Amino acid sequence: MGYVFDLGSVLNGKYLDWFLIGLATTLALTVAAWCLAMAMGIILTLVRMIPFPPLGWFVALYVEYHRNVPLLVQIFVWYFGVPSLLPRPARQWINAHHGEFLLAAIALGLAAAAYVAEDIRSGIRSIPKAQYESARSIGFGYLGAMGYVVLPQALRIAVPPLINQTLLLFKNTSLAMAIGVGELTYRTREVESYTFKTFEAFAVATAIYLAISFGIMALGSWSGHRLKLETR
Amino acid sequence: MLEILENNWLLFLVGQYPHGPIGGLAMTLFMASISLALCFPFAIALALARLSPYRWLRLPATAIVHTVRGLPLIMFIFWTYFFSPLIIGRAVGGVETLVIALVIYEAAYLSEIIRAGIEGLPKGQVEAATSLGLRYWPTTFKVVLPQALHNMLPSMVSQFVSTIKETSLGYVISAHELTFAAAQVNNVLLTQPFEVYGILALTYFALCFALTSLARFIERRISGDRGGTPGVTIAA
Repeated sequence: MGYVFDLGSVLNGKYLDWFLIGLATTLALTVAAWCLAMAMGIILTLVRMIPFPPLGWFVALYVEYHRNVPLLVQIFVWYFGVPSLLPRPARQWINAHHGEFLLAAIALGLAAAAYVAEDIRSGIRSIPKAQYESARSIGFGYLGAMGYVVLPQALRIAVPPLINQTLLLFKNTSLAMAIGVGELTYRTREVESYTFKTFEAFAVATAIYLAISFGIMALGSWSGHRLKLETR
Repeated sequence: MLEILENNWLLFLVGQYPHGPIGGLAMTLFMASISLALCFPFAIALALARLSPYRWLRLPATAIVHTVRGLPLIMFIFWTYFFSPLIIGRAVGGVETLVIALVIYEAAYLSEIIRAGIEGLPKGQVEAATSLGLRYWPTTFKVVLPQALHNMLPSMVSQFVSTIKETSLGYVISAHELTFAAAQVNNVLLTQPFEVYGILALTYFALCFALTSLARFIERRISGDRGGTPGVTIAA
């Protein structure tokens, strides 16, 4: 076919800059959403531990909504839907301050929080009840038994699945391109449409995604081996 | 909200059919079902390759699975979008593109489920089959896979749910599925995005929640089977 594969054509000057800006945006989006996911995930777990059923139902509904609706649709609800409910000044502020990044981070973070909450919960469930009971029997109160005995072990168990969630979150940031966030996938399409070097542009993006994903995967399996030995 | 549904329910369900291509929820379900069905043989092959004693089979299969898991689905969709015309020699529609990308993507994830299912079987099953004189393929297809796939039924249903959710990316390459239909409705109405996308989210929720509940139900049935019914219990 005579197609000349020429990486140099997309890896110089302004196109290289676009890739780098895209990568930086992807990473920023990952970090922002990750922080929100962890905070919200811990809050949801704590709320679920309060022995008042309606709160438990609320958390369950939250988790089910975020697990059963496509992430892209959740992003659309936040990007197109939520601002339309806000008063005009708030909408104007969002439009003037890269609202797409903010709303994408909220959508991604809240969705990941549902999974984070589930991971922490199954960590807590996997600690034998005897651990809690023996802590109570040697004189710890509820908070002491949870805080010093159960949670440290539970969080340890939850670390590998949480790293896996981080990988999914990182990959999911690519969906933000659909609402015009200038992350890696979006910039790659831009480079492609300016240079017509389709395969080169996507090869670069693929390599970047893979490098970071493999890094996170390695961290996950390393932590899996490290933390496994010392529980129970 | 009800008014939007009243005026557009047909578009949500079947797209512009019969005045145009079939779309909406029908297309979403069609794409998800066919992707899952088509990825099945690949998933089994990948799982068997990853469990094989031969390095030259194990390593490439492992590499494929890790590569697929390391990339966003959207990257696969774009690769398929650009590559398939080169291979097939003609322009490829959004639906075909999405199905091809989903088959590759889901095969890797499904193969991990199948592998876990096979590894979860008691070792005695293979040993018993071998001692009866069965070779590798009969052991695999008559003893190992039927049991593994039965135990994996709940995970398969969950896999179907993720596939349904992933078809929403068809929006990006203009495959006429449910999300695309909602975007069309939104573009016509312009003033009620929260309602339109709310309906969209609720539709997916109703569908997928029903399926995840089904998965949970099957899971309970299966672990009940394993638990105590006489005749099914495997002496461990």
